[in-house]
Amino acid sequence: MTFESGDRVRVLSSEKPGHVRTPGYLKGKAGKIETLIGEFPNPEELAYGFSGIPKRPLYKVGFLQADLWDDYEGPAEDHLYADVYEHWLEPAEGGSA
Amino acid sequence: MSNHSHEEAGTGRTTSPYAARIRAIEALLLEKGVLTEPEVQDSIAYMEARSPANGAKLVARAWMEEDFEELLLSDAKSAARQLGMDPEHPAEFVVVKNTPEVHNLIVCTLCSCYPRAILGRPPDWYKSFNYRSRAVREPRAVMREFGFEPPEGVEVIVHDSTADVRYMVFPMRPPGTEGMNGEELAELVTRDSLVGVDVPRL
Repeated sequence: MTFESGDRVRVLSSEKPGHVRTPGYLKGKAGKIETLIGEFPNPEELAYGFSGIPKRPLYKVGFLQADLWDDYEGPAEDHLYADVYEHWLEPAEGGSA
Repeated sequence: MSNHSHEEAGTGRTTSPYAARIRAIEALLLEKGVLTEPEVQDSIAYMEARSPANGAKLVARAWMEEDFEELLLSDAKSAARQLGMDPEHPAEFVVVKNTPEVHNLIVCTLCSCYPRAILGRPPDWYKSFNYRSRAVREPRAVMREFGFEPPEGVEVIVHDSTADVRYMVFPMRPPGTEGMNGEELAELVTRDSLVGVDVPRL
């Protein structure tokens, strides 16, 4: 696996079309690897009748809400967790999530 | 949410254009032999055998037995099997715990991922564009509309079920329930509290 718990990561800003499981509001945003969930058939292949093999690592990634929304209403420690495939993540520096 | 309390009324709308479309698609799939009538009936029976009562049973047992709570939080499918449920599903099933410091809320912004193998069909509002878009952006406002506001100092964590995990909330046991048995406790655990838009109350 490329990433370990605690690593800072950034979600790719890719506009890849199709059955991607990365929501638009996370693209380009930085967060922190919480944990490796496991490896699963790639949904971007599976959705079109392919095997989805090789399986892809899936991580639970934590984001600070304040990093996602300029006008977030709530305390600075509020978080959002999303499950993001490794091929949608790149290493990132700094930040506090 | 303007319609969350009316969704039961919505389930009987067999005259809606969506229901008509589904019936037409079903008829075509049967006619072309893609599906058989018994398969359709099995699928309906599967969904109807599952309901939030399963989630309530899991929560009530975990409130009463510390060992079971540990199992529910570390291996939720095993916990479900132990109570005679059938949690089999390709996706993982993960239960997240509310504490005096943290309140959890579940959403699927991309579609309507929901722990169906345990809880059955999600409510209509869970699938609405309104809930899906707002639960991530203004979770506290959404919870207020359901009549719940986390106490001061409580961190809100939103879980967006974007991929291969289905989430359920393990809510806190309300004070004043010390003398209650499992069935009484389970009655306090509403579907909304398993999604996290509300909490169990006496």
